[in-house]
Amino acid sequence: MAMLSRLASRSSHLGRTLLLPRSLCCSTGGRHFASSAGDEGPTFTVETSVPFVGHRCEPPSREVETTAKELMGFFRDMSLMRRMEIAADALYKAKLIRGFCHLYDGQEAVAVGMEAAITRKDAIITAYRDHCIFLSRGGNLVETFAELMGRRAGCSNGKGGSMHFYKKEGGFFGGHGIVGAQVPLGCGLAFAQKYLREETVTFAMYGDGAANQGQLFEALNISALWDLPAILICENNHYGMGTAEWRAAKSPAYYKRGDYVPGLKVDGMDAFAVKQACKFAKEHALKNGPIILEMDTYRYHGHSMSDPGSTYRTRDEISNVRQERDPIERVRKLILLHDLASVAELKDIEKEIRKEVDNAIAEAKESPLPDPSELFTDIFVKGCGTEVYGVERKENKILI
Amino acid sequence: MDRDPTVCVMGEDVGHYGGSYKVTKGLATKYGDLRVLDTPIAENSFTGMGIGAAMTGLRPIVEGMNMGFLLLAYNQISNNCGMLHYTSGGQFKIPIVIRGPGGVGRQLGAEHSQRLESYFQSIPGLQMVACSTPYNAKGLMKAAIRSDNPVVLFEHVLLYNLKERIPDEEYVLCLEEAEMVRPGEHVTILTYSRMRYHVMQAAKTLVNKGYDPEVIDIRSLKPFDLYTIGNSIKKTHRVLIVEECMRTGGIGASLRAAIIDNFWDYLDAPVMCLSSQDVPTPYAGTLEEWTVVQPAQIVTAVEQICK
Repeated sequence: MAMLSRLASRSSHLGRTLLLPRSLCCSTGGRHFASSAGDEGPTFTVETSVPFVGHRCEPPSREVETTAKELMGFFRDMSLMRRMEIAADALYKAKLIRGFCHLYDGQEAVAVGMEAAITRKDAIITAYRDHCIFLSRGGNLVETFAELMGRRAGCSNGKGGSMHFYKKEGGFFGGHGIVGAQVPLGCGLAFAQKYLREETVTFAMYGDGAANQGQLFEALNISALWDLPAILICENNHYGMGTAEWRAAKSPAYYKRGDYVPGLKVDGMDAFAVKQACKFAKEHALKNGPIILEMDTYRYHGHSMSDPGSTYRTRDEISNVRQERDPIERVRKLILLHDLASVAELKDIEKEIRKEVDNAIAEAKESPLPDPSELFTDIFVKGCGTEVYGVERKENKILI
Repeated sequence: MDRDPTVCVMGEDVGHYGGSYKVTKGLATKYGDLRVLDTPIAENSFTGMGIGAAMTGLRPIVEGMNMGFLLLAYNQISNNCGMLHYTSGGQFKIPIVIRGPGGVGRQLGAEHSQRLESYFQSIPGLQMVACSTPYNAKGLMKAAIRSDNPVVLFEHVLLYNLKERIPDEEYVLCLEEAEMVRPGEHVTILTYSRMRYHVMQAAKTLVNKGYDPEVIDIRSLKPFDLYTIGNSIKKTHRVLIVEECMRTGGIGASLRAAIIDNFWDYLDAPVMCLSSQDVPTPYAGTLEEWTVVQPAQIVTAVEQICK
């Protein structure tokens, strides 16, 4: 399988038109992702909380370069994500969000650190705990809340729901409900990137629960065989719904489970460690094929809103993590240490964010429910002369 | 593959080996290992990878060495292939072609004689076509590749050796159209894939007996071409469906329901459906023969309908 690149030169031209370049600013009606281009401010070095542990690779250094702007950006973005998830919790309890709702609070550092290391041309795909990744890839609050409430203004027109957020222009490929199924999809994205010679990578994210899926190892084998630029990110929050990792995996060292594929264990509550690891992984994947990053992280909420999250773990454990490893608190301490802002200023930012989220919710609530005709749109790509057909080759005329 | 560099082929032994039924013979030498990809035996993941690649704009053709093996990829085909266009609000299209041989062969055993069209037919967002001749195989394949929707193309294990003269010029057939095989007046016989040949054999006998059957190869299994089928029923008023699926939950069952829903007023006799027995396909030759519909049964059925 060494000769994998005999392809007509027209394909690279095709590649540029197929995966359109993204701007760093996100879509209309939204906020700027705070750590993007602009006046950077003073640069300094931050040490990650713990050293990286490598499997079949030399781990990167613990020293991470950053700027004031990036640090403030991390604080802002993570606080926004935190507030959004908490607001979603309230909306769910008010029965405005129904079905399944999987919240990401506690894991924000992974989303934010990863985004800081890559571009919008790199692809990200994840499972159902996707609200915050959607945001980091350019989604805005209004379309998030509207989608959660099943409204027309939602990013999937109200037809996807919590588990089906996508942002094509932002290089975000979802948003998938079935555990583990997104990993082969992600390897397919990496395959396309290699086929089209784009010099970009794909981050295929999954959890400790999905780490035991067969299709993951199948996809890893193929990716390693074909040298695909696929980076597998295991967001290990230590619980697969109600089952602790030691009860589900004979070997919970997920970064080693790739066997012949190198891996890195990362403190997923430290945004800088995540950033460093993702940067390292991108360089690695472009040269040497797949790599696994295990992000040691934690979710404060239960698996989903239907799970109290306290029957399989103690409240002490949750509050301990909140006290010792909370990603936002870590960044707050760094900001205060480096005198980039005062306690009051940070509180002001949080107040501003609260207001932003409340406004977005109000705006999303104004959006109407989808029109009944939407039931039949986007089943097939137009051009077959019909919107949808079941068993009959004509438009389904059902009176609703 | 010449015309469009985004078309690639993925499957087991499609490259260096040339394909287990020689469908992809010669392609790997011509287009290279990056466009004709030999996958490991991992249907779930390589189908998923094909779908992921399709999300970015590539046009992969995924081969199931035998359609039955694609049952391992059912989740990918159903949830990701069929539904992604809808759940993403139209953002992503999946221009993938999933193809492979299926159907009852010559004593291949129960697990290698599956008819997957009955399982896939309820997946929303998926189009299904079945080819039956070299001419329509080429035309439908081209149409499927060019379609922006996911298409499952059902080939048949026993039809690969057919030889036919086909046009040199380029032609593309319509994915949603049925094929009029033999116009007639007395009864509409609807069939597809290998059963077409059993029907045509029975038609010879029927003509000798004085009947004039109209034979339509429906080709498009989802959606049905109710336009062509309807016109035929309005003419003959009698319908016989001959299929290779099992009686329960097969294509014939859905087609029967669609015909009754839409053309009840035009029917002079109950809609008859001849299907395979609801059994795992046995290995012994005679038993296997009795599992599927034979020409003699078709003749008897037509005589019954036309009484």
